[in-house]
Amino acid sequence: MDPIFLVEAAINGILLGGVLAVLALGLNLIFGVLDIVWIAYVDLVMLAMYAFYFMVQGHGWSVWVAGPATLVVGALLGIAVHLLIISPILTSAPINQLLATGGLLFFLQSFATFLWTTDHRSVRLSLPSVEIGGIFLPFTRVIPFAISILAMLALYLFLRHTYIGTAIRAVSQDRDAMALMGANPQRVYVVTSAVGGAMAGLAATLLSFQYSVHPFFGGQFGPLTFMICVLGGLGNMVGAFVASFVMSEIIAIGGVMFSTEMGYVIAFVVFIVVMFARPGGILARRE
Amino acid sequence: MLTVTGLTKQFGGFMALNGVSFEVREREILGLIGPNGSGKTTLFNCVSGALVPTSGSIRFRDEELAGLTPDAICHHGVARTFQIPRPFRKLSILDNVAVAAHYGAAKRSSEAAARARAREILELVGLPTDGAASTTLLGAGGLKKLELARALATGPRLLLADESLGGLDPAEMHDAAEMLKRVRDQYRITIVWVEHIMAMLMRVVDRIVVLDHGEKIAEGVPRQVAEDPRVIEAYLGEKLVLA
Repeated sequence: MDPIFLVEAAINGILLGGVLAVLALGLNLIFGVLDIVWIAYVDLVMLAMYAFYFMVQGHGWSVWVAGPATLVVGALLGIAVHLLIISPILTSAPINQLLATGGLLFFLQSFATFLWTTDHRSVRLSLPSVEIGGIFLPFTRVIPFAISILAMLALYLFLRHTYIGTAIRAVSQDRDAMALMGANPQRVYVVTSAVGGAMAGLAATLLSFQYSVHPFFGGQFGPLTFMICVLGGLGNMVGAFVASFVMSEIIAIGGVMFSTEMGYVIAFVVFIVVMFARPGGILARRE
Repeated sequence: MLTVTGLTKQFGGFMALNGVSFEVREREILGLIGPNGSGKTTLFNCVSGALVPTSGSIRFRDEELAGLTPDAICHHGVARTFQIPRPFRKLSILDNVAVAAHYGAAKRSSEAAARARAREILELVGLPTDGAASTTLLGAGGLKKLELARALATGPRLLLADESLGGLDPAEMHDAAEMLKRVRDQYRITIVWVEHIMAMLMRVVDRIVVLDHGEKIAEGVPRQVAEDPRVIEAYLGEKLVLA
């Protein structure tokens, strides 16, 4: 095989990794603070993709307006999920919370099928490609990648250098102690859910550049997102970031060497092996 | 300033606190002692809002605290430290204290003001004030100081200090006891102190309340309490020789 295909696959892997990392960081942020995995996280992305689709195709909004608007839709969805589903059962057994967000997944899929049928809908964006040394880089991948990196940088600065960000990091380590310092945990949860939801909205916009939306879109990226979070260590933001690129590279390179399906098979096998060797995630310290 | 009346906390059939009443006076250091499981920590948890009392009242400067959430109680001016320090490990030493200064005050301060206040408190307790210093540098003594600094940063009028000296060597212990006095005088606060090391406690506190099996069995100045036969029987086991 011409090595140029491998180089191209590796670059495509990096480009995909950026968007996966946005998904993984959003899910991981919520888990880190609330200790709850939103099983329906990528189904919220699906809803936000419909929102983006209807804004652009239905109302003819420019993507530069619809994108930020989708971010807001995501944040509102995040707040709604927290207040309507998580908040009432916050102190109950973890399995209940898992079941509740799992139930939400089926609800959202059925609801979307009922409203919008199972048709695939896509925002048709015709963007050019750029050629560098014989490698074609489509802008439909380069732009989402660049925006993902900027968004993650913004998230990093938010968590590091604002007080609400510091409180989020503090609550993720010790909720009770933070309440004793006078921060209302409920408020921190709502802000976290809004930020996590906004990341879902952003991912929805970026994924709309390449993928069409349908009610079962969550199945396409949901399991992969959870795997990335677990591989990086649940709640570990740096780990999730690294794991996103590890997985996307395996899928992309495995994809060109064998087939797309084999790429996923290899990725899942690597995941299982790593889980045996390092159950705490790739960046976990060995005990 | 703090009046606890008939405080009762029941866990199923177990009475962790049974009708405890006592008063804490402005600017004093009150020692709270009792054998393990006598209800000291439950009492702290009730006053700081981690637990809701089954019955009884906790009045702090003419306001009822029983039933309020921990963050609301913090804003009323009550702070606590934990027996086992619980710093935010991933935050720098300065951020640990600054975040408490920012959220702890009833009126939220600006970030710059919170940072300045955090530096001032870190200086007082003798911890590094530069923004990069990590909590991983701290040993047992340093962690206790950080715990105290964080509680002070919320701007309390009443500090509930839970066994601050456990795990320290004698010199550190002496410093820490002096520190509580200094803190009381400098910030004009009142302190309730749970401490197992009796000799140290006796030297610092103004008065003592003794709990046993969830009930108050004695109250008074150190010398008086140390000679109380019920206290000797329940807790001290033998007569304590005061320095």
